[in-house]
Amino acid sequence: MTTNGWLQIALYFLVLLALTKPMGSYLTLVFDRRRTWLDPVLNPIERVVYRLTGIDADEEMRWTQYLAAMLIFSAATLLLTYIVERAQAVLPFNPQHLPGVEPWLAWNTAVSFTTNTNWQAYTPETTMSYFTQMFGLATHNFWSAAVGLALAVAFIRGISRREMKTLGSFWVDMTRGILWVLAPISIVFALALVSQGVVQNLRSYDTAKVVEAQKSTTTGADGKSSTTIISTQTIAQGPVASQEAIKMLGTNGGGFFNANSAHPFENPTPFSNFLQMLSIFLIPAGLTVMLGQMTSSPKHGWAVFAAMAILWFGGVAACYWAESHATPVLAATSSQVSPLQSGGNMEGKETRFGIANSTLFATITTDASCGAVNAMHDSFTPLGGMIPMVNILLGEIVFGGVGAGMYGMLIFVIVAVFIAGLMVGRTPEYLGKKIEAYDIQMAMLYLLIFPLIIKGFTAIAVLAPTFGLSSLTNHGPHGLSEILYAYTSATGNNGSAFAGLNANTHWYNASLGVAMFAGRFLMLIPMLAIAGNLAAKKSVPATAGTFPVTTPLFTTLLTGVILIVGALTFFPVLSLGPVLEHLLMRAGQSF
Amino acid sequence: MKKHIITSLLYTAITAVLLGVVYPLVVTGIAHLAFADKASGQLIHNANGEVVGSKLIGQAFTGANYFHSRPSAAGTGYDAGASSGSNLGPTSKALGDRVTASIATETNGTPVPVDLVTASASGLDPDVSPAAAFYQVARVAKERRLSEDAVRQLVADNITPRQFGILGEPRVNVLNLNMKLDLMAPAK
Repeated sequence: MTTNGWLQIALYFLVLLALTKPMGSYLTLVFDRRRTWLDPVLNPIERVVYRLTGIDADEEMRWTQYLAAMLIFSAATLLLTYIVERAQAVLPFNPQHLPGVEPWLAWNTAVSFTTNTNWQAYTPETTMSYFTQMFGLATHNFWSAAVGLALAVAFIRGISRREMKTLGSFWVDMTRGILWVLAPISIVFALALVSQGVVQNLRSYDTAKVVEAQKSTTTGADGKSSTTIISTQTIAQGPVASQEAIKMLGTNGGGFFNANSAHPFENPTPFSNFLQMLSIFLIPAGLTVMLGQMTSSPKHGWAVFAAMAILWFGGVAACYWAESHATPVLAATSSQVSPLQSGGNMEGKETRFGIANSTLFATITTDASCGAVNAMHDSFTPLGGMIPMVNILLGEIVFGGVGAGMYGMLIFVIVAVFIAGLMVGRTPEYLGKKIEAYDIQMAMLYLLIFPLIIKGFTAIAVLAPTFGLSSLTNHGPHGLSEILYAYTSATGNNGSAFAGLNANTHWYNASLGVAMFAGRFLMLIPMLAIAGNLAAKKSVPATAGTFPVTTPLFTTLLTGVILIVGALTFFPVLSLGPVLEHLLMRAGQSF
Repeated sequence: MKKHIITSLLYTAITAVLLGVVYPLVVTGIAHLAFADKASGQLIHNANGEVVGSKLIGQAFTGANYFHSRPSAAGTGYDAGASSGSNLGPTSKALGDRVTASIATETNGTPVPVDLVTASASGLDPDVSPAAAFYQVARVAKERRLSEDAVRQLVADNITPRQFGILGEPRVNVLNLNMKLDLMAPAK
């Protein structure tokens, strides 16, 4: 660990902090339908969209209607992507003449992008045409992020409204999220990325005549080795920057290339890396301020922000520490940090990012439900790789995915307030609303669906040598980590991977698809039910016995509840995976 | 319900065109006006106009007379049509064997800088650390019949510092370094 590394982490946080309030205030204006400086350009477009689609801009929806609109819309977009993938061979912008995607993979990918997961069981540069990437996948990066944003807004309205039955209009929230927030920032951000070297073109792949031709020796099935001379390099191209911008801003994370944000064409410089990390947390951090403003309790927003920041920092510090130490297989190398190298566990990391930026990125991308990677988590040290996994297992509420992080966090807030109520023996209240049995039942349902899916599927996969274990690259406890990470990432709608697992099989495509689906849509139902129930409640005045949700005590309690719920749920399985691997690694074992 | 379905289909169609066609094409257009070279991948051409690589994409170098790049898991090595890391975990025997073999190739008697024997995340890492470049100076100088000081100076002149003095890590672009080396003393 170096002073410069800590400075970069501190700089990141300070810039994020400085942007949080302006972003949050802007989000409040957008979703309260108040005046913004972009109105002259965007109001006409908004009106045209409503007219063409028959949307009534003043419609108000109950939680069930809001849910129905969201589900039907998601189904429509999922179908579109499935068709585009299957038919890409006959669609335009396919200079590599890639064939249609096979059905299981097409299903998995369509679900993956619809649910904001962006799990990728395929190598994009050899599977997806430019048209599929732009029209079938990048569009989902906007839609799924806007859906998440809309749901968070609906939930916050549920808290702030008094004795009302409705939560707003799904269509209006979606449209304003896309037009006022996601699209304008993406255009500026995409061009900033191009200025750093992220490519943006529709040309066919280039072939370079390499400077030093290489001999490649391969051993065939018959045991004979054959030597080929490799004198060219294929360079994949594409409309990368436009997709990269919304991939990060919408916390989607699906790479244009297989290596994702580690690929030099996706993330060429330390500054492009800084912008990408910033854009992951930009909207989620802003939402804490919007929460405070919409509920007329700005300090509550900051108390939630503080809990998130504490959990974020704990993760970064632990991961940075763990990866700064080389693993035993690297013991014979020079791995000490010096002004000439960042040292540490460099397997699966890029030189330009080094240890500090690789671990900072890994923490941020899993705190949020982003899932983009600039280093390969599978090659992290056991404890360093456990941090991204734990971040997802806590529910991606540390700033979290666009919208999804906010409503996930608010479920924990309700549980924390409930526990505080139990401690003093009175009915808990949250911002003037009594929290009653129904709310807690739904909150617990939300919290229980998540581990049930993850551990259920992991258990099936590890017991099945034929279709479960056969996909592993790594063995021993690390194999369990690979499978556990896959279902964690899918259910948490993250999309990052311990990528040694070959997930492009019928079993994994199908089961991970189900996990992504359930992790998004099943969990939304109890969440929206709470929102609808809260909106209908009367407001009760705060008394001396009300637990304040604006204090450091509240932040501490909230952080504690998150960690305890997470630890109670997942410690056993983590101890069999990363923890055991760490102990065996220290004892000199390999597999 | 029926209304939701019709609205959903229309909404999907309209926004798909806006976000899936108009948006990327507008960005492509502006990118090519403002940053034509960068938008096309910063390709390097030789005197005959042939593409020999990209400034951003690493290439494999294994000969004793070139600075070596890092091990790569992209295709057969530095295949920029199939980017990938090794995804080998910290307790993997295969990783241990690969590292041991790389150390045997790279060693000059002192411990090898760690990045020179570890595969990058993309398999296309264009850079090595300055430590890894300086480590190879003696070998390259001997092969090229150049003085070690001259080669060391070449490396020092081609270190990319931290961006804005703070971001990222110092590094050396291997393709660029080797092309400069070829200019200094052509490979035989």
